[in-house]
Amino acid sequence: MTTLRRQYLAGARVGLGLGVATFVLGVTFGAYSQTLAWGIVAPIVASIVVFSGSAQFAMATALAGGGNLAVAVGAAALINARFLPMGVSVAGDLRGGRLRRAWEGQAVVDGSWVASHLGGGRYDREKMIGCTLVQLPAWVLGTVLGVVAAPSPDIVARFGLDVVFPGFFLVLLIDELRRSREAVWTAALAACLAGILVLFVPVGLALIGASAAAVLGLAVRR
Amino acid sequence: MTLWFAIGAVALISIGFKAAGPALLGDRELPPRPAAVIALLAPALLAGLVLADVTGPAWTGVDWTLCAGLAAITVTYLLRVPVLAAILCGVVVTAALRFLL
Repeated sequence: MTTLRRQYLAGARVGLGLGVATFVLGVTFGAYSQTLAWGIVAPIVASIVVFSGSAQFAMATALAGGGNLAVAVGAAALINARFLPMGVSVAGDLRGGRLRRAWEGQAVVDGSWVASHLGGGRYDREKMIGCTLVQLPAWVLGTVLGVVAAPSPDIVARFGLDVVFPGFFLVLLIDELRRSREAVWTAALAACLAGILVLFVPVGLALIGASAAAVLGLAVRR
Repeated sequence: MTLWFAIGAVALISIGFKAAGPALLGDRELPPRPAAVIALLAPALLAGLVLADVTGPAWTGVDWTLCAGLAAITVTYLLRVPVLAAILCGVVVTAALRFLL
């Protein structure tokens, strides 16, 4: 077996573990979309073309909370803005010209990005791609199951499945907080801002307001 | 129609974010200040998302059993339990509390 193939398989193995969580989250998203009357096709298409649980939930939450198109897209875009520095960080380890690098950059998702980090700002390209190739079908199939089975909100609540979505974000947040002191202050400030803003504006707008903490958090470094 | 526009726009933006760095910057790095702000967007938005999901609009959706589940996830994950197991722990705690009460 070639070294490259071994690296892809190593990524796929990591992706299997993450894929289970991704699948469950996909089911939750599919079921959530049914409570918002999204129909069958829209949530599945969203999972295929967006492939970002955080952005999809943010978009759905903003739309459900009375936000308009701009608010929903803005909230999702702000959530996914993290893919910009993540993409920059892996750029040097990808291959080919601009188009191919842009294509390979689509493999950047949270779990794969973390799993493929070699340290010192270097990334294992094959491991990241292999890991993502397992998570994508898990996410889409989970969404399909959630849409088709459409468990009622009561069942979701009774079995505690509503904790999966915020729990997933909480885990990602803990990972972020481990990175730097600025991240801790920024997150604390953002939580305060969001807590105040949800009293007065829709959730989507509160999320955008909370993002101002990213600028204010830099002051801690000064 | 709003939903489809939202899905299309979010998809294009997500693809663009992922493609921008590798395609445009290659090996080069962002200037320090923009890079620092972008790096802090993730914790800011994640904290906002968790809080907004716990509180709901105007703090109408606070559920202490869900908070207990999230606390269980926090503790187990900080103790280096794998992601899936930590989240499963939170699900079990939340479900058990709701069953018992």
